[in-house]
Amino acid sequence: MNTIGILWLRQIKRHYRSKARLIGSFSMPLLFLLAFGFGFGSIYAQAGQGDYFQFLVPGIISMTILFTSVMSGIEIIWDRQFGFLKETLVAPVSRLEIMIGRTLGGATVAFAQGFLFLILSLFFGFRIISWTMLPIALLFMLLIAIFFAALGTAIASLLDDMQGFQLIMNFLIMPIFFLSGAMFPIDTAPKAIQIISKFNPLSYGVSGIRNSLLGVSQGNIWFNLIILFILAIVMLVIGSKLFSKMQV
Amino acid sequence: MYFLYQKQFKYIDCILFRQNNLIFKVDKMNKENIIEVNELNKSYGKLQVLKDVNFSVKKKSIFAFLGPNGAGKSTTIKILTTILQPDTGKVLINGNNPLKDSDKVRKDFGIVFQDPSVDEELTAYENLDMHGIFYRVPKNERKKRIEELMKIVELWDRKDELVKNFSGGMKRRLEIARGLLHYPKVLFLDEPTVGLDPQTRNHIWDYIKKVNKREGTTIFFTTHYMDEAEKYADSIAIIDHGKIIDIGTSKELIKKTKTKTLEEAFIKITGYSIRDEEASTLDRMRMMRRRH
Repeated sequence: MNTIGILWLRQIKRHYRSKARLIGSFSMPLLFLLAFGFGFGSIYAQAGQGDYFQFLVPGIISMTILFTSVMSGIEIIWDRQFGFLKETLVAPVSRLEIMIGRTLGGATVAFAQGFLFLILSLFFGFRIISWTMLPIALLFMLLIAIFFAALGTAIASLLDDMQGFQLIMNFLIMPIFFLSGAMFPIDTAPKAIQIISKFNPLSYGVSGIRNSLLGVSQGNIWFNLIILFILAIVMLVIGSKLFSKMQV
Repeated sequence: MYFLYQKQFKYIDCILFRQNNLIFKVDKMNKENIIEVNELNKSYGKLQVLKDVNFSVKKKSIFAFLGPNGAGKSTTIKILTTILQPDTGKVLINGNNPLKDSDKVRKDFGIVFQDPSVDEELTAYENLDMHGIFYRVPKNERKKRIEELMKIVELWDRKDELVKNFSGGMKRRLEIARGLLHYPKVLFLDEPTVGLDPQTRNHIWDYIKKVNKREGTTIFFTTHYMDEAEKYADSIAIIDHGKIIDIGTSKELIKKTKTKTLEEAFIKITGYSIRDEEASTLDRMRMMRRRH
């Protein structure tokens, strides 16, 4: 095992050992799914839009991944406060290895959470229409996880304490979630929201997961996949640049 | 005059330098020294925290680095351990420059920081194992070494417990074991016994002496407990206001100041006044540095 491997494993161990973290990362998406899925479902159907629950599940999967991956990136602030960051920074390993190991670990955890949520939603009545496209949906989930874990790392490298954290959640993560098309269809939303969503990385992921799971062949699945792939790489580069400049 | 003097000797085999009317001799590239520090300067903004710091540490010795709060101890340790860059000056650790060959230097030292730096949500064993992987200690070797060290610091029977359930003393012992895992040539201990009861302090010093004897690890430590320096250090350097004021064995320092204990000698050398101001300015500087 090497540095990247052990830091990857560390993220996974930390996540699954903490019951609070595990429950926390499930309860919020579950609440959203049940409250909105069953609450708004009838209105959505009355408006002639079809099955809202089917529409919502891919959005909530994205939400699970978004929250978990950003949180795992931001955990670097904890490491700094608890001193563990110093231990990694005086070790004869490069900052790039540290960043990649951590980020991939966080992304793996977030992906696993999303996958578990997908299985959970099957018990609540979600139907996967296109099983052959399932691997593509999983690939989208993984790319979202990598992108947002790297984003979390980048943000944490700029913050020096937990005070800025609430700000980030309110002014970055929540808007990213609400304006991604996770909760409502973007193409019938006001023009402004449509434009904003074009700049929102999550909206490519949400639409990718939804189209592949529901078998909607709108032809833009591959385009979304490429965009998200490029964004994930770019964010990894930005994250590692910022991380390597971070002062202890 | 003094500069000329220095320049002449710099390229021969030793450097003579004066500070506070004392002349020290530092052997250049001496094979017996594991740490050599020459003319080290460091400022945070306008505040100069290190002024022409010179000292050397002999291989396999126990070296105490003493000074009041804000004297420049932590800054020196940070420079020696590659965390901080000096403004000017030369540092060699086991013949390598921390700036140029930082990875070589990093392999040669172990460090126990002033504040805990273990991962509390992993077990004691996992913490050590991860450290071994960072330092590329081969798997079988790692296993043996972890068992050996955990037995020395008397934590082997609690190896699978999460570190967050450990007491302060246990964490410190774990960190000492971790610092030694990759067979470092030097172990830096930044106030290793602060906040611990006398029993634990004694135990910790027993481990440190044992390792120093058995493996020939050089020990570089800072402390505010003068009795520790008096009892365990082969050589002592006293730093104040960023300058080395005196270097010698505890006996020499006591004799020179005509006092009875090292504590009295230390106070005589560094003065009676409390150093809150320097410390807080420094802390403020550190805070500012972190923000940027």
